[in-house]
Parts: sequence; C-alpha cells; structure tokens
Amino acid sequence: MKQILRNIFHSPRFVVGFVIFCIVLLLSFYPMISIFTPMEIVGSGFHAPGTYVNIKSTIQSRSEELKYVGAAGLANQFTAEELGKMQEWLVKYGGVDQTVVDEAAENDNAFLELWTSTYSDDVQYKATQAYKREIQKYNKQILRITATDTLEIGEGDSTITVKSNQFVNVKNISNKVTLPLGTDNFGADVLTKLTSAIGVSLKMGVMAGAIATAIGLTIGLLAGFLGGWVDNILTFFTNLFTVIPSFVILVLIANSISQAGRSPAMVSLIIGITAWPWTARSVRSQVISLRNRDHVNLSKLSGHSTARIIIQDVLPYILSYVIMALILQIGSGILGEAQLSMLGLGPSTTTTATLGLMMNWANTFSAAQNGQWWAFVPVVLAITLISYSMNLMNTGLDQVFNPQLRD
Amino acid sequence: MKGFAKYYGKRLVWYLVTLVIAVFLNFMLPRLMPGDPISQLVSSAAAGVTDMNAYQKIVDQYTKEFGMDKPLIQQFFIYVGNLFKGNLGVSFAQYPKTVSTIIKESIGWTLALQIPAMIVGWILGNVLGAVAAYIRKGWDKAVLPFFLFISNTPAFGLALVFVTYLAVKAGWFPVGRGYGSQFAAPVASWEFVASVLKHYQLPFWTMVLISIGGQAIGMRSMSIYELNTDYVKYSRFLGIKDRKIVMYVFRNAMLPQITGLAMALGSSVGGNLVAESIYSYPGIGSQMLKAISARDYPTLSACTLMITIMVLIANVVVEFLYAVIDPRIKAAQQDG
Repeated sequence: MKQILRNIFHSPRFVVGFVIFCIVLLLSFYPMISIFTPMEIVGSGFHAPGTYVNIKSTIQSRSEELKYVGAAGLANQFTAEELGKMQEWLVKYGGVDQTVVDEAAENDNAFLELWTSTYSDDVQYKATQAYKREIQKYNKQILRITATDTLEIGEGDSTITVKSNQFVNVKNISNKVTLPLGTDNFGADVLTKLTSAIGVSLKMGVMAGAIATAIGLTIGLLAGFLGGWVDNILTFFTNLFTVIPSFVILVLIANSISQAGRSPAMVSLIIGITAWPWTARSVRSQVISLRNRDHVNLSKLSGHSTARIIIQDVLPYILSYVIMALILQIGSGILGEAQLSMLGLGPSTTTTATLGLMMNWANTFSAAQNGQWWAFVPVVLAITLISYSMNLMNTGLDQVFNPQLRD
Repeated sequence: MKGFAKYYGKRLVWYLVTLVIAVFLNFMLPRLMPGDPISQLVSSAAAGVTDMNAYQKIVDQYTKEFGMDKPLIQQFFIYVGNLFKGNLGVSFAQYPKTVSTIIKESIGWTLALQIPAMIVGWILGNVLGAVAAYIRKGWDKAVLPFFLFISNTPAFGLALVFVTYLAVKAGWFPVGRGYGSQFAAPVASWEFVASVLKHYQLPFWTMVLISIGGQAIGMRSMSIYELNTDYVKYSRFLGIKDRKIVMYVFRNAMLPQITGLAMALGSSVGGNLVAESIYSYPGIGSQMLKAISARDYPTLSACTLMITIMVLIANVVVEFLYAVIDPRIKAAQQDG
C-alpha cells in the first residue's frame, strides 16, 4: 500500500492534478471566513471587482442634498442664449416639463441639479452633429463647475460645507467593502458565492459519480462474471444507453420532475443514473479477462459462493480501475450539473448556489453581452480546473497501474 | 462478403431496435410523472400561451391528435403513427406554428455547424496527438496540455468567454445569431451567405477547440503504442526510411480514433447544443432552451428525439466507415 502511494505521488501528472484539486478544495472553505454569506445582497446589481466606499460614509452626513454655491452664478459662465439652448434641450430631449425647466431656471442650484440628473450622452439626436457637439460642450462646462465649486451638504440649518480641496484619508473610511470578484446580478459577492458553489458542486459531483460508479460496477461485475443470458441482457442495455446520448435522457427526466422537486440531491441522483454505461462497459471487459484466472477457478472449486468470489477474488483486481472511473465520473458529474443548469433544469434553490446556476444567472442577465466578465469567467475557470485536475489525476493513476503506458 | 453483409445486417437491426427504444423512452419518460398526464402536459404550457382561446384550442387538438384520454399503450401507437406522418404536434409557445416546422427550420443550422466542427476538431486533434507522440518536447509538454485544459472547459463556458472578449470587447465577431439582423429571414443572396459565414466563426471554433484535446490524447497514446510495436522495430532494422514508417504508424494509430469520433459525438452533443443557445444560433439547441423555459413540451420532446436520431445515424455511419477503411475488421467479421 505504502509502495503504491509512493508510486502514485511520483507521477508528475497525478501530483499536478492533485495540487490543483487541493487548491480548489481549499477555496471552497472561503465562505467560512468571508464577511458575507453566499446569497447575501451586498450591492445592487453588477459591480466590477474593486474596493467600494459608500458615498454616504465618505461625506458622513444625514442627507445627500448637494448645493452648488459660489462662482457668482451661472450667468457668469454662460450667455443668456446658451442657457436658453440648454433649457430647450431639457424639454426636447430630456423629457422634462416646460414648467419644471422654467422653475429651475430661476435658481442656479436647481438648474444644475436638473441638468446633471437629466443629461445623458446616449440621447438619440434628431439634429445636426454640430448641435450635438455644442450640447456636449455645455455639459462639460457644467461638470467643471460642479467639480470645482464648493458643495454644501445637509438639510435645514445644520449644513456642512465640503470644499473640493478637502480630502479624507482612505484608511479612515470605516465602511469600506472590498469585492475581489465584484458582485453578480443579485448584488451578491461573487467570490463568496463562487467558493460556496464550488463546495456544493463538488458534493453533487461526488454523489453523482458515486451513484454512477456503483450502478456501473454492479452491472459490469454481474454481466462479466455471470455471463450467459444475464450478460446478454445487461450488455444490451449498456450498449443501448451508450448510443442514446445520456444528455437526452438527462433532459427528459429532469424536465419531468417539477421545479420544486429538483433539489441538489435529486439532480445528482438523475445525473448518476444516466452516467453509468461507460463504467459498466469497461468493468465488464476487465472482469471477463479475470473470470478464468487460476485463483478464481480455485475459489469456484472450493465451493465459495458467487458473491464471495466476486468480492474477494475479482473486485480487488479492478479496484484501481474503479477508483479511476470514479474520479472521471465526479468530473463529468460537475459538468453535467452545469449543463442542466444552463438549460434551466438545474437544482431549483434559493438558498444555495451551484457552479451551473451561477453561469445560468450570468447568462440570463446577459453578463457576457455586457462585458461583465467577473460574473462568469471565474465560474468557467473553476469548472475547468476541477475537471482538468480530475483528468490529470486519472491519467497519472493510469500510468502507475498500467506500466506499459509509461513512456 | 457474405459474413460481412450478415454482420452489418445484424448491426442495422440492433440500431433499429435501439431507435424504437429511444422513441419509447422519449414518449414514456415525461409521462412517468405522477398525476394526469394531459393536465400536467398541457397545463404546464399555460405560462407560454396568453390567449385563452388559443390555449383551449391547443388542449383540444392535443387531446384529439395524441389520444391523451386513451390508455398509455394506445397513446404510444398513436404517437408513433403521428411520427411517421411527420406530425409532432403544435408548439405551445409559438402557436400556431407546428413543431415540425420549427424542427425543419432549425435542424439544418445545427447539422451545418456540428458536423464540420466535429470533423475539423477530429482532424486537428489527431494531427496534434501524432505530432506530440513523434516530436515530444514542447508539443508534448506545453501545446497538448493546453488543449487538454481547453477540452475540459464546458462548451457553453468557452462560448460565454468568447462572446465577452472576442465579440463584445474586441469586436472581431458578431455577438450572436446565425445571420445579420438586416435579414428578416434566410434569403438566397451573396450578402446573406457572407453574413452567415461571419456569424458561423465563433460557434464553429468554440466546438473545434473543445474537441481537439480529447482526440489528441487518444491519438498520442495510440501512436506511442504503435511506435513501440515489433513491425516498427523490424522496419527500422531493414533500414526503411523513418518517414515511411511514421506514415504507417499514424495510419494504424488513427483507425481506433474513428471510434473516438463516434464517442465524442454522443458525449459532446449536449454541451455543444447549449453553446449554440449562448450564441443565439438558430439551431436545435436554441430551440430546446426556448422550449424548456417556455414549458413548451411538444417542441422539447421533438428536439430530444431529433438529437437521438442524429446521434444514432452518426454512429451507424461511423461504424460502416470503419469497416470500409480498416480491412482487418472486415476480415474478422468475415470469419465469424
């Protein structure tokens, strides 16, 4: 046993795969130390990765009403004609009522506020390019005024004046949130959600893989060892389900189960009972080559029961193979969950996330089309790394147990 | 020749039996859910149809055409009979379109995308595997592991990444759909063909890239195995040129890979179909996703059936191709 383990850990492929897998596994413990819970809503909608500061915390006031004073009024910055054009724009393209614009024109602050809240570069102009550029120029000028002038914040008498040259040391801001991978469409922290999803998906993968391997092993052992009509029937079904794509069976079964019934455990079960044929096929061919070995015949002559022969004289010889098959099945179980979830047939849960569900959400909210990479690239990477590490471990083990494959 | 025909006759019968069972599963699995099937099937479509008149019409039509009030076994024969007539029912979500119209519109797109992608991926994978086995060095240490890594990515994941970086950010490719939005429906013009080709690139290369790694690793180990066989050693002793030996080696190593092509078909079809829907490509995959989200049961059922039939046909073709290419197989079957 010790020797085998030493051999395994001398295979570079296995070691690389094992290390990658351990790193991913370690990541799945992150939610325990994270300040957020996986489904907690931190922000509103998608936020790019970075450190966020609440606007309110920086100003530390009770209200956000901003007042622009100084610069001796708008009249000094714009001509009456220009102001008129801006008012006209507000009505025509900003969709603001004429009376509201007129009212705001009386007060510099009100006008600035109305302009900054209404103006947008994306407006579709039904006018010349020159007009568009002129308006854009005014907007820049207004932005300059609002940026350099002193702000007055507060309500009623208790106002604080914040000058544009007043700074707050970043260290002193208490309410600071670092989101290494941003937030998703629900506003949840992607890193916490992702790492918790890795844990859930791994569990689902292990469960699906164990079920598939158990079914495949049983069928393969029975078909290979018993032979005869049992073999014929079992092989018929095995071949049948290797040709009919398991994806189709998976979709049909998952679609038949109501939304509420699709818990993560149920989905793993469905994946498990559709993924066994390949394992059954290979186990069968391995068992056939073992069936007529001397020690098996000896056991038969000694009058041992079939069950005992299978467990004691056949199983140990294919154990290494079964472990390899299990590893591959776990990997494909995780992929299977992702595939089902992308189709909208994944586990229906509001309390936990899986890797597939995260991708499905990102896709539904067109994160890819809007360039919000942080919502799905880490997820794709996690799935790939898990599957890749499983494959590396599998080929590594294969080289250890089948010496003729070594090169 | 007689044994050959007999063997393949048997195989064809086997595939036909498989097809019947596949149709049966397609019919049976959704009906296994508890409760009254018609109310389940049709009421689940209620979300897709807003017009109550249309809804009642669908219910009546469905009950009549598919004999939903009759016993299950009778329903199955009605279902099969309808299949032969090409009648797959009416779509719940795209009423009054029939399901066969939807399938007809989308199947060509899927075939035109998946088959070339599968074949190009297979060829590139085999070349890479052979090169990695023969040259080793960088090919074996860096290029092959890279493609193995890619092949472990789910196709739809790679599709999402490509949409963001190659279509949206770099702007090299259109974001989705099968052809430009200036065309309301497919037309026979050069501009349309150009537009289709432009939209074809991303889905196509996604599927090719995904399939290279798996094929390459199989080809690599087969080539290494062949390179160590006695006939290669003997040929080397005879002084036959390395180049000539290598040609034989790769020819022999490639034959089992044809089976690999059939295997890849069955296992990658799911991921590829989901990837189709990421690109809003007008194929079966997108229709299937639409059908699932609209709870449009007849369309979904037809999609799964079409996928099964396509994979079955591909398997038959590959099996026959194999015998044509590899004389050893033919000989073995003639003996038996």
